[in-house]
Amino acid sequence: MPRSLIQQEFLVKRDEERCIECKVCVRQCGFGVHEYQDGKFILNDHNCVNCQRCVIMCPTGALEILENKGVPRRNAYWSEHSVRDLRRQAESGGSLLTGMGCDRSYPIYFDHILLNASQVSNPSIDPLREPMEVRTYLGVKPDKLSFTGTPGQERLVGSLPPVVKLEAPVMFSAMSFGSISKNTALSMARAAAELGIMFNTGEGGMHPDLAPYQDNMIVQVASGRFGVDSTYLNSGRMVEIKIGQGAKPGIGGHLPGEKVKEEIAVTRGIPQGADAISPAPHHDIYSIEDLRQLIYTLKEATNYQKPVSVKIAAVHNVAAIASGIARAGADIITVDGLRGGTGAAPKMIRDHIGLPIELAISAVDRRLRQEGIRERVSLVAAGGIRCSADLVKIICLGADAAYIGTAALLALGCHLCQKCYTGNCSWGIATQDPYLTRRINPELGAERLSNLIKVWIHELKEFMGAMGINAVESLRGNRLQLRGVGLPRNELEQLGIKQAGESM
Amino acid sequence: MNVKEMKIIESKDLNYQELNQIVRWSLEEGEDRLLLRGVNGHRYIGVGLEGKARLEVEGTPGNNLGAMMNGLTVSVYGNAQDGVGNTMHSGVITIWGMAGDIVGYGMRGGKIFVRDDVGWRVGIHMKGNESTRPVIMIGGKAGDFLGEYMAGGTIVVLGVNEKPNDAAGANNLVGKYIASGMHGGQMYIRGTAPEWQIPEQARVEEITPEQCGELQNYINEFAREFDLDCSDLRREVFTRITPCGTRPYAHLYDHSA
Repeated sequence: MPRSLIQQEFLVKRDEERCIECKVCVRQCGFGVHEYQDGKFILNDHNCVNCQRCVIMCPTGALEILENKGVPRRNAYWSEHSVRDLRRQAESGGSLLTGMGCDRSYPIYFDHILLNASQVSNPSIDPLREPMEVRTYLGVKPDKLSFTGTPGQERLVGSLPPVVKLEAPVMFSAMSFGSISKNTALSMARAAAELGIMFNTGEGGMHPDLAPYQDNMIVQVASGRFGVDSTYLNSGRMVEIKIGQGAKPGIGGHLPGEKVKEEIAVTRGIPQGADAISPAPHHDIYSIEDLRQLIYTLKEATNYQKPVSVKIAAVHNVAAIASGIARAGADIITVDGLRGGTGAAPKMIRDHIGLPIELAISAVDRRLRQEGIRERVSLVAAGGIRCSADLVKIICLGADAAYIGTAALLALGCHLCQKCYTGNCSWGIATQDPYLTRRINPELGAERLSNLIKVWIHELKEFMGAMGINAVESLRGNRLQLRGVGLPRNELEQLGIKQAGESM
Repeated sequence: MNVKEMKIIESKDLNYQELNQIVRWSLEEGEDRLLLRGVNGHRYIGVGLEGKARLEVEGTPGNNLGAMMNGLTVSVYGNAQDGVGNTMHSGVITIWGMAGDIVGYGMRGGKIFVRDDVGWRVGIHMKGNESTRPVIMIGGKAGDFLGEYMAGGTIVVLGVNEKPNDAAGANNLVGKYIASGMHGGQMYIRGTAPEWQIPEQARVEEITPEQCGELQNYINEFAREFDLDCSDLRREVFTRITPCGTRPYAHLYDHSA
């Protein structure tokens, strides 16, 4: 095999004074960096992906991971990363895969938006003293209600469309069983049940162990139709058709064969070790009419008892697409932005296609309002919500609720090494290897996720109280609470917000 | 079939939602044999239904007949449209005529028998294993993209009353791009197939039903279903298509860390 021209990315340094040779590092690394033979450590740090597992697990803090930079070659055009990726393509002849969300430095609109607070002219509300309504319902909001009957004994005429109740406007994003471990899925399921929100099975089907959490479950139907049978459809509270995702707009899903172990193969109905391919597009959806057909097929299959959601990636025409989807009968539209994560995607696709979610939700919300159909659907935003401030801002830009994916995994220990597709996740999250997956304890994982969301809910209430608002409904699409900083006029117009310094 | 034992539902003046609601209520009330008369483009018949009931459909059902079905036996006395047995889990669908595109898309179990031709994109991403063994049997011809991304199950194309190969050697019973991306399952196509018509991901062998018990069983089942005599197919050459491997596109990607 010809010699590689690529330098290793990371160097691992062991402090011999601190090291007590307990060999925790040997056991903990999922990538084979540390070995111990004949009383000595062997270092294979060319395998290191900087997941920080050994550094954190080392009881004496004896390990350190450094970037192998040497003398930096200052080239503003040919970055170290672009050169490294090019050399890898030349050596492997294959398109590079990656995991998690786009990490390139495109503008982050969240960091150019500031929120309002009330003072003097409109008093703020103290969330510690007054009730704050953060409960959210996802689904069609009827245009009007009619009642019949005598006074005191009124009845609603007709029935209400099915909706899903969330105790807070945030949910755990779709991550397929296969891309993540069962224990990770269980952590999210338990936390969702405790918090009164939802989690999403993703496109891999439902593992039977998730059945106790059905009341908080969204089931996803993607183009591979993995695990989609009537039990599956009737289990969740909502059915989501996955047309696309922000990390890889326009292309299908791909679970590398390395991660298709026996349990996955059985749940998905494919041979063990096979790549699980979700084709793009759904080969029975070639037009908006076909999408309407699938939406109504799913409504028939669930006897019109559950709302049907459609998940799309944020692309240039997202507003028109969303309008079409609303008219095609969807109850909820999920828009996944540029920073959305994934377990496996070609790096080029992840990093160069899509729109930041801030711009996408804004465009969709404004277009639907313009067309007078905003109440026909609920909008859910996904793709890089990092904190409660991002959550507030995206709701003000038009979302009813947000999905979090990367944030949830970070809470469980993920260190964004972006090697999810290898199935060697040292944190036990993006792997099916039982030696690794047992590192996630669903009870502890659920506690961490619960803690995270509870804090975000409290912060949400504080933001709302500061603005003088006591219901999240009043925050939705409330652009007057936002101001842009450092944005050119056309971008302010695109977002529909004023310049910081302008009054109400 | 004793018509008196079946509940008859006149569909002519019902829209599809009303028809399907009546079907659901009837099954809930314990009816296990339903005859739907005057069906004309009514969509989503049998969608997501579970159990062992029999549904007889007279007329032309609309799209997605039996989609996501879990166990019923559906017979259509006429032609069907697109999406027959789409994402079907189990049960049997028999079409006494032809069917449209996307038959058995993502099918995971059960059986679909079509007496005549089918359209395009049939059996795409069919999946299954030794215990589920889904099968699609086509009495006539199939269009392009047959069995694309197949991950499990069996597709059989018989082309009864057709000449399987033309003068140039092409197989007439199937179109272009068959078995593209195939990584599981198998297909039996009557006649031979030239190299250019089969993708590089697929392995090809020529066998006769006499030599292959499984194929003979499928043909017998088809013959029984439609009350046909298919005994002259016993010694005909069939092309059996199976995947070369389970990762047809792995070489396109760098999977290393």
